[in-house]
Amino acid sequence: MEPIFAVTVAVFFATSIYLLLSKHIIRILLGVAIFGNAVNLTIFTAGRLMREVPPIIPVDLDMPAGATANPLPQALILTAIVISFSFFAFLLVLAFRSYQELGTDDTDGMRVAEPEGEELPPLGY
Amino acid sequence: MAADSQWLTFLVLFLPFFAAAAAPLLTRSFGHKAAWILAVFPAFIFLHFIGFAAPVANGETISGGYSWIESLDVDFSWYLDGLSLTFALLISGIGTLIVLYSGGYLKGHAQQGRFFSFILMFMGAMQGLVVADSFLTLFVFWELTSIASFLLIGFDHSREAARRAALQALIVTGAGGLSLLAGLLVIAQATGVNSLSALLAEGEGLREAPLYFAALLLVLGGAFTKSAQFPFHFWLPNAMEAPTPVSAYLHSATMVKAGVYLLMRLNPVMGETFAWETILPLFGGTTLIVGTLLGLRQTDLKLMLAYTTVASLGLLVMLTGFGSHLAVEAAVLYLVAHSLFKGALFMVAGCIDHETGTRDLTRLGGIGRAMPITFAAALLAAFSMGGLPPFFGFLAKEEIYAGLATGSFWGVLLTLVAIIGNGLMFAIGFAVGLKPFIGAASDTPKHPHEGPILLWLGPVILATTGLLAALFSSLSHHFVSSPMASAVVGEPVEISISIVPHVGLPLLLSLVTIALGIFVYLTLERGRASMATVLAAIGWGPDRGFDQFVRGVIRISAVVTGIVQNGRLDIYMTVTFIILAAALFVPMIGFGELPSVPAIAALSFHEWAILVIAFIGLGAVVYARDRLTAIVSLGIQGFAVALLFMLFGAADLSFTQFMVETLSVVILALVMTRLRLSPADHRPTGQKLLDFSIASVCGAGLGLLLMRVVEVPFDPTLSTFFAENSRVIAHGRNIVNVIIVDFRGLDTLGEIAVVMIAGLAILALVRVRAGKPGNATKTKTVETGGEA
Repeated sequence: MEPIFAVTVAVFFATSIYLLLSKHIIRILLGVAIFGNAVNLTIFTAGRLMREVPPIIPVDLDMPAGATANPLPQALILTAIVISFSFFAFLLVLAFRSYQELGTDDTDGMRVAEPEGEELPPLGY
Repeated sequence: MAADSQWLTFLVLFLPFFAAAAAPLLTRSFGHKAAWILAVFPAFIFLHFIGFAAPVANGETISGGYSWIESLDVDFSWYLDGLSLTFALLISGIGTLIVLYSGGYLKGHAQQGRFFSFILMFMGAMQGLVVADSFLTLFVFWELTSIASFLLIGFDHSREAARRAALQALIVTGAGGLSLLAGLLVIAQATGVNSLSALLAEGEGLREAPLYFAALLLVLGGAFTKSAQFPFHFWLPNAMEAPTPVSAYLHSATMVKAGVYLLMRLNPVMGETFAWETILPLFGGTTLIVGTLLGLRQTDLKLMLAYTTVASLGLLVMLTGFGSHLAVEAAVLYLVAHSLFKGALFMVAGCIDHETGTRDLTRLGGIGRAMPITFAAALLAAFSMGGLPPFFGFLAKEEIYAGLATGSFWGVLLTLVAIIGNGLMFAIGFAVGLKPFIGAASDTPKHPHEGPILLWLGPVILATTGLLAALFSSLSHHFVSSPMASAVVGEPVEISISIVPHVGLPLLLSLVTIALGIFVYLTLERGRASMATVLAAIGWGPDRGFDQFVRGVIRISAVVTGIVQNGRLDIYMTVTFIILAAALFVPMIGFGELPSVPAIAALSFHEWAILVIAFIGLGAVVYARDRLTAIVSLGIQGFAVALLFMLFGAADLSFTQFMVETLSVVILALVMTRLRLSPADHRPTGQKLLDFSIASVCGAGLGLLLMRVVEVPFDPTLSTFFAENSRVIAHGRNIVNVIIVDFRGLDTLGEIAVVMIAGLAILALVRVRAGKPGNATKTKTVETGGEA
């Protein structure tokens, strides 16, 4: 089971990296979203897979009766999903606002911080 | 020595720094009169060191110190013998006079307190340098002198010339300092000792070490830059940008002699080798000639003196490296004489500048009547500089010729160099010490009159000392010259020369020198003109070279920055992911950690179906022709992931994922449809192929890594802990929830904080509009349609 998930993760990563390498902000955003899923699936798989048994303790027991899915990666991923969502939302607004200010969604055109043909610093003392 | 004396010496070493801290406050309260109070500190130091003169004259050495960094075997220690004691006395003695002089010279200056502070700081650094024993102490104080001199030269920081000179001095001497550090480390490596006293006790060890030559070159790099030897001499005349008290102190008596001090200190253990006796006289002699010739060219009193300082330092290096005891004795005598007369002459130049408003030799004349005390001091100093009896300079010069005129080819050559150099210095000395005071009265910017006591006290005392030291030569030799020469030579030496001339070769050479000096003095104008022609013909010098070097560095760094930070996000990303791919594959292959071929486990039909849906979603995101399709496809893969979570026992994840994906798609669609973005991928095919390859390699690497990870046996300790304790301790049945809100509650708090900060940042981004007038034109071309 896990190797198949590993292949799935590989495809997720490859797709997101391909999108991240693009020059257009919107494609980069899509790449970021997929990257988050890829990472979450990696954590999930690394914690080993277990079909259809959620980590919940029955009412009359102090411990799960048998084997359940690993709860630890789930807790981690739950945090990760929320954080990657807020990160995604922030990037989205940032992209939107920079498009409004700069008039381009091409990263080559965004040269405010590192302008092209920048002048030399002063040569005097 | 007794323990309390060790404590006192330690205090004395830091006393100048306390004084430096107190100086601004005192100056605020007492104005320029604070000089009288501040001068007490160096005077006290002087007296403290005087107390050591008698034991040191008897051949004792005084050392002490405290452990500094025990684990590295580094001490803060000092070592006083004839050499360091003489330097310490010069530094504190002249320092006292300089502090007084600064009080008069910078009277009423807004930053006088700061100036006192800097100069006392410098004094402390120099003091520490000459008495330092452990290598690290020496190096720290050595660098402190560079920093203090940077502050002093750049004191008048509103002028570009001062800033340039300060930076130049810092770069040249700072680079030399690094070279010295390397040299000291090499010495420590070669001999296994890390203090000067231990090194001196070592004897032959260093000279025979295979690393000797490397150590020599590195140490010389430090000494030559500090002591302004050709071709590093250029920073010293430029340092004349500093106020005159600084020039009189740093650039005549003390700092520039640090290099000479180092050479003299190391002479017993590094000297008397072929390399030492070739390099030192060669550079010293060149510096002597170049310095005097360049000095001849100047008309500014301070610059003339600065170049003769360069020349004198060359002479000292030459004598130190000559190798005979007599030459070392001559170096010692000349060093003391030079400190006295050069300090006095610099202060005289400052007095003239202060009282007449100019330092230009061609505009000065006949001010002797108005400034009789200054004139007297100047004349006394000039006599000493010219090497005339009965002054200390005369003793030095006799000894120089006695030491150099050995009859060998090298000796004859260096004697010639010394005659030319001394003759020219004689001329320049009198050009500064005599010429402005005699002749027809000239029209100066200010009406000349005698300066206040603070201004003339220093030169008078120094010049008189130069006379007294020669008149009572047996006394000065016993307490100063002989112990110092013994320390430099490495064995007891007795200096006996006195002002009574002995008919012989040295006296004859002295007469030749004086004749040459008088001739040059009388034809000064013509000599200056011809030097100007020669220099104009050469054109390029190290000083201009420094400018070119600095500009070159700026240009190179601009080019490098342009390559490394080219401002193109796609290139940054490409580099990042290529490195990621390398980081994944190189260790995996290098350490043979590739996963074995896994057995394909059976998946049920619906599981396959969900995987296929996820892949279709991914493909559609990449190949979508328009944005909306891409965004919706993003939702497809997200929901597929949510379903996978659901099927594998992660119900909470699944719900959250469904919610988040839905929200993402909705928000993306809302925002992105408002922008007129070009939908398709504009990359050229070659670029696409490259990106595709990088992405595939990275993806494969991460996939293989995960495969390898799941091959390793699983350690369920943590998971078991949570499963066992969730109900018992935390009273919750949903283990995932218990982990989040209870076991790892603080993490969740952090997570909430992240979400809140992201929300605030988004709010700020949305609120901050391009309201600034400068941005209005830029945003005009933007068609957003989302502004409503």
